[in-house]
Formats: sequence, structure tokens, C-alpha cells
Amino acid sequence: MKKVAVIGIGQVPVREHWDKSIRQLAAEALLNALQDANRDEIDGLYVGNMLSGTLSGQEHLGALIADYAGLSGVEAVKVEAACASGAAAFRQGVVAVAGGLKKCVAVVGVEKLTEFSGRYTASALATAADSDFEASVGLTFVGLNALVMQRFMFENNVSKIDFGNFPLLAHRNGSHNPNAMFRRPITLEQYRKAKVIADPINLLDSSPIADGAAAVIIVPLEDIETSDKRAAEVLACEAGTDYIALHDRPELLKLKGVEISAKKAFRAANLQPKDISLFELHDAFSIMTALSLEASGFMSATEALNRVKDGYFEIQGKLPVATMGGLKGRGHPVGATGVYQIVEAVTQLRGEAPEKIQVKNPLYAMTQNIGGTGATVITTILKNISPS
Amino acid sequence: MDIPRYWRLKNQRYHLEGSVCQNCGHQSFPSRPLCPQCKSKDLKSVRFNGKGIVYSYTILYQTSERYEGYVPYVVALIDLEDGPRITAQLTDVDLNQVKIGMPVEMVIRKYFEEGETGPIVYGYKFRPVFSKQDLTEPPIK
Repeated sequence: MKKVAVIGIGQVPVREHWDKSIRQLAAEALLNALQDANRDEIDGLYVGNMLSGTLSGQEHLGALIADYAGLSGVEAVKVEAACASGAAAFRQGVVAVAGGLKKCVAVVGVEKLTEFSGRYTASALATAADSDFEASVGLTFVGLNALVMQRFMFENNVSKIDFGNFPLLAHRNGSHNPNAMFRRPITLEQYRKAKVIADPINLLDSSPIADGAAAVIIVPLEDIETSDKRAAEVLACEAGTDYIALHDRPELLKLKGVEISAKKAFRAANLQPKDISLFELHDAFSIMTALSLEASGFMSATEALNRVKDGYFEIQGKLPVATMGGLKGRGHPVGATGVYQIVEAVTQLRGEAPEKIQVKNPLYAMTQNIGGTGATVITTILKNISPS
Repeated sequence: MDIPRYWRLKNQRYHLEGSVCQNCGHQSFPSRPLCPQCKSKDLKSVRFNGKGIVYSYTILYQTSERYEGYVPYVVALIDLEDGPRITAQLTDVDLNQVKIGMPVEMVIRKYFEEGETGPIVYGYKFRPVFSKQDLTEPPIK
């Protein structure tokens, strides 16, 4: 197996892009990444996307985006794994290059969620769950996470307000990221008063519906010029799954898919949680932040709820998370999110993040993209190949 | 509208039909092609009795298109007395009254209507089970 590296990154700001279609968003991010990598040709394109068929009436994104980005003729395919579609596409790109079948591939994550009103988008997002036995009885995607959070609060005797520090942190970091959807901090008081969507989850626990696209270019590490100090090595990119329906999981509060994926990633990278310089985690809901920190091996979920209060996860802290705003602050264009995370991790490793949110001399950046309520999980560890 | 799906799900929606692994005893709802625990294919269909307790719940205030007219409503994870955990709506219940550990029982209720000309979809929901003591308590003074 070849070692692989990310040599180019590109993104469009996460917004409600009323004026741009799915192909425009994807092509723009892809062209930005190609320019950043200083390449104009690729031999494979992997598109991460969840809902183009449902919300844009458009499938066959591989060929469409290749076409629109001036790359017609290239092998191109869409990869879908609910909210983990972006990282799932990234993994396919990594596998292709690591296996020696491809020399230079592009991965684009793209999602357009604002074509319809919220309730229709909510129906579409609920397709990440078990359609016959969860969604059809009235459960939404927020509702699934609410079931987990309610039980967690019951078993651990924690109150709702304890979760508020995670969205606060995400917004604070996001306020310095020009590509973030929300660029304003929020207060604990606002969190306390936020409208309840699915009790106990309120609006400020939830990442926003948004449009976005992000892209990366992957090549074999051996092909990189030694002078290229902007490349990041992919030390690990590993996937795990769990029972799709919450009711089928032996332990509701253990994210088994996260555990499998993170363990495999740490083993592949030959690293431990304490080695990680920053962690772009999947904070789609505050409860997922706490549970994924636990299942990834960093600390127990209750400890995470305590440590967030004393700065542990801040930019200057021991384990910075959601450094560019995370899903909560940057926004969660579902199939694009996993690729945004990689783009942000590479930005941090290069030292090119906005000053206030630049982690100091990061060596290893970890990203984790979760599909459904933990049914597909992809954990990636990237390394700075020219640390200062 | 997906008529074949509603027909296909009739034994689950109206009878809580699942399966029990004849090798290790693992229970599934709905039935599966093989036991997720021991991989045995020797599974027997069973109908669970519809009694259970609430393991977790959420009250939904925003929902998908189908259920839009029904908010707020409660969806719960329910541990069946003689079966596995399932997801279902609670019905005939005061929102403030819902608690983890609450005993519930299955009833058939309307789920949603598929548009003005489509079918009305029915299936299992769960309602609180009141003890005799609850029922004989004097009304609120």
C-alpha cells in the first residue's frame, strides 16, 4: 500500500446559497482545490452527497460534476453514507490512491439543503434512519438524537444546561472563520432560552441546515516534491458501522461505530488519543460531541461535559475541537461536512487558519464524520509532514 | 404513495410480529434473515404481547411533512416485556406525564394520511397502563 497525502483543498462558504445550484457549488470547490494543488488533471472523482436525488431531483452527480468542472471523461462516482457521505467519498479516494490504481484523485463533498422548506428537508434527512421502523412512526433525525440525550441525562444525572458549553465553543470558533455559516458567538442564556425542537434538544444544540461544498486532491506521498510544505499525509482513514436503528443497539449510549472506526484509525496511524493536536468532531448535536469523545477513547462523556467548562477544548486547550466552528458553527451541509472537516484539518496543519483559531504547531489532526446517529463513522488522522 | 409497503408491513404494524432465534434466544423486531448475535438462520416468528416500559422518549415540536399536523407528540424507545426494544409513538398521554420507566401497552392508532386521496396509515402506538390504584384515586380536588 502506498502512503497518500492531501495536496490541495478548496471550499465555498457554508451558506444558504439561493443563487447557486448543486453543480455550481461542487464545481467551485473542486476548481479551488485543483488550483490550490496546482494541478489541472485528475484520474478519479469521488463525490460525497446524501440528498441530491430527493432535494435537487438530480442523481448521477459523478458525471455531472466532472462535466461541469471541465473534467468530462474522467472516472467519477457518487458515494452515499448519510451525513458521513463526505468522509466516505474521501475514504474511497484514499483507497484508490493507496492501492495504486489512481495517481491523482479529487474528492468533492456537496449538499444543497435549502431548495425546499424545512419540513420537507426534515423528511429527507430522516431517510438516514430506519424508514419502516423509525421515520415512519414519526421520528425525525433530531428526534433520534433526542432519545439518546434524554436517556443519557437520566442515567448520568446531568442537566440540559451542561451541554450548552459545546455549542458556545463552536460558535466562538466559528465567528473567526469566514467560511462558517454562523459568525457570531452565542451566550449560555440564549442557549437556555432556545426553542425546543425535540425535547431535550433545542435549536442551539442542533447544527444548521445549509448549502456547501468542499474538495480535496489526493496523490501518493512519493509523488510530492520535497519542497511542498503544504501537503498533509493521510496516516489513517478508517470506517466502522453500527446497527442503523437505535432500538437494535445493545447499548444505546455507546457509539459502537465510533469506537470501531477510531480504534482502527489509531492503530493504523500508530498513535494514541493523547497524541492528537486537534479534533474536528461530528457535533451535529451536543450529545454527539460528548458521546463521540468517549467512544473515540479521549475521556468519558460526563468528563467531557465538565472539561469543556475549564477550557480543555479551546484553541489554546489540551484538545481543541470544532476549531473552525464545527458542524454547529460552520454549518452542516450533510454530504459535504466530512470533506469540510478534512479541509479544515489541513488548513490547521499548514498553519493557514485565521490567527485567533490557529492551533499552535499542530502535528496530528483527527477528523470524524458520523452518518445517521452513529451507524456509519469514518475517522481520519492527518499528519503535518513539515512541522516547524 | 407506497401501497405495497403498507401491505408488506401489516404483520409488524398490527401484530408486533418479530422473531426469536432458536439457537441463542435473541429477539428481533422486525424479523431478520439471520440472528445478529449468533448468525443462526433458525429463527421462529413470534407476536410480542405489546406490554412494555419506556426506556427513553422525546417530545417532538418540529417534524417531517407527514406528521406536521400532529405536533407536539411523543416518540419513545420501549422495552417490550416479552420482546426486544422498539420505537413507537405514545398516545392518550399527557405530555407532562411521560417518564422513563413508565409502563405502556400497545394499541392500534392512525399514523398519518397520505395526502387527500391516499390511504390512511395505521399501526402500533403505546399508551400508559394505569394501575388499579391510579384509577381509584379520587379526582383532583
